[in-house]
Amino acid sequence: MTAGDTLRYALTSLHGARARTLLMLLAMAIGVAAVVVLTSLGEAARRYVVDQFAALGTHMLIVIPGRSETGGVGPATFAGETPRDLTLDDAFSLTRSATVRRIAPLNIGAAPVSWQGREREVTILGTTAAFLELRRFTMKQGKFLATGDPTQASAVCVLGVKVRNELFGAASALGEWVRIGDRRFRVIGVLGTEGASMGMSMEDTVIIPVAAAQSLFNTSSLFRIFVEANGREAIPRAQTWIRDTLRLRHQGEEDVTVITQDAVLATFDRILRALTLAVAGIAAISLAVAGILIMNVMLVAVTQRTSEIGLLKALGAPGRDIRVVFLAEAALLSLLGALLGLAVGMAGTWLLGELFPNLDFSAPWWAVSAAVGVALATGVLFGWLPARRAARLDPVQALSRR
Amino acid sequence: MIELRNIHRVFHVGDQQVHALNDVTLSIQPGEYLSIMGPSGSGKSTLLHLIGLLDRPTSGRYLLDERDVTDLDDAETARVRRETIGFVFQFFHLVSRLSAADNVALPLVLAGIAPTERAQRVAAVMQAVGLADRAHHRPDQLSGGQRQRVAMARATIMAPAVILADEPTGNLDSASGKEVIALLEQLNTRGMTLIIVTHDADIGRRARRRLKMMDGRIVEDDSA
Repeated sequence: MTAGDTLRYALTSLHGARARTLLMLLAMAIGVAAVVVLTSLGEAARRYVVDQFAALGTHMLIVIPGRSETGGVGPATFAGETPRDLTLDDAFSLTRSATVRRIAPLNIGAAPVSWQGREREVTILGTTAAFLELRRFTMKQGKFLATGDPTQASAVCVLGVKVRNELFGAASALGEWVRIGDRRFRVIGVLGTEGASMGMSMEDTVIIPVAAAQSLFNTSSLFRIFVEANGREAIPRAQTWIRDTLRLRHQGEEDVTVITQDAVLATFDRILRALTLAVAGIAAISLAVAGILIMNVMLVAVTQRTSEIGLLKALGAPGRDIRVVFLAEAALLSLLGALLGLAVGMAGTWLLGELFPNLDFSAPWWAVSAAVGVALATGVLFGWLPARRAARLDPVQALSRR
Repeated sequence: MIELRNIHRVFHVGDQQVHALNDVTLSIQPGEYLSIMGPSGSGKSTLLHLIGLLDRPTSGRYLLDERDVTDLDDAETARVRRETIGFVFQFFHLVSRLSAADNVALPLVLAGIAPTERAQRVAAVMQAVGLADRAHHRPDQLSGGQRQRVAMARATIMAPAVILADEPTGNLDSASGKEVIALLEQLNTRGMTLIIVTHDADIGRRARRRLKMMDGRIVEDDSA
């Protein structure tokens, strides 16, 4: 039996059982379409997050006290064995390079914030005026911290928008005095709504001058120093410079970690790619289910067509030919289903693109080819058992069935 | 050309043994016209299946054209069936989704013969059974007699040496039955060996050599 005739014969039997064929195509198509749509969704989300991140502050470096061996963000980064504090003077020593555009020190703590009997426990950030531009935040109302001597602990604060709403409600916040811990601060501004960065929503924070934060939390060390490099090319040089400067200041000991935005970006990229893969894997389960359905349908077909199989044997078809015919049927089912699923998936992706125009939906090629490949493989794999059963039928018994 | 030596065929039904063929020895010459008769369960169908290589004997030897075909493998058995033997069944066994012509072409498809040659040969045998104008009808659009004639066209398209007919008229009215028998006998006069299994004494009597079977043995072997 030639390959062309085998295919034609398989097609006639698929055509002969139209309802069955259509249902199978549907099952396989749903599986493939699910993989295509879900991976393009995952990829779109990944690209969106990465783009957003890049927009936040492209040329940023972050100095963390304590030395960790790896470049990424790991537990050691946060546990941070700190042999020596990172001080405000350290921070400002970093500005004296052409590679550095601006820096912002960051101190962090939690304290109750209250106004007229309403109290909330809020994250307090201590920083300088440069922080606003460095992180590309915008003000909703009023002004940010004033530029000026950063060592001066002036009693002013900027509220995140959520904190403002919860404390003040409809009342005006600007110019009011709030109590943070055991001190009083005057509200000079409210941050805009955008800006969640590194898992920390700026809406739920209060920003005060770094010196004020140091005295509030009774510490001289900094939590982070944000450094903006002078352009993308300056990043590596800035990184070396920061390391060298701080080593000199810390008596030759390299006890800080400098991570670049690129490293953080790469980490997020990896995490989101893994998520996309996981989602694709879950969608692929439906492909396996479709494969099992194909097996079931082919087993039924073998039973229904027992006498036909007997006839083919009587007409001189070896078991091998019969196996190939049934395998071809299963493969055709899965291939046609996969193509249908691709079409549906592409349509779904296009529709998503129309609904969310600011996200870039397109299924990655590896997902598309993997979906079609897995569909074909499951079809043939699960078609094997029924095909073998057909090939092994006893012709006399098969012929006696009507 | 067909030579059966001490053939036994034993079926196991549950824990019982059924001796369907019990020491059958039979020799058939090319071009013979043979009928096999006997009550149900006498082993006549089993004998036909063995001759057609659809079944294998439990013991004994089967020589076809002086070649021992008892222990051929699956692919080789299939090839011998395809090239040497044509089957005609009681229930026609046409593939209902294929047209008459496609049904007739099946043995050629299995043999891997090219479509153009197929079309010529199919047209010729359809002509021979008088169904040239029905080639594109599906089996359910044909009468019983026409279906059996399609089946006969299919059985003869490979020009086999042996035609095995298992109750070929069992499912037909007497007029169609006569037509079918006439066609089969015509094939025999052209030199094909014809073996008919039948219940019908009138049909059985027409054969030049008549076997009667009982309990798995050949009890009569008449040559006219």
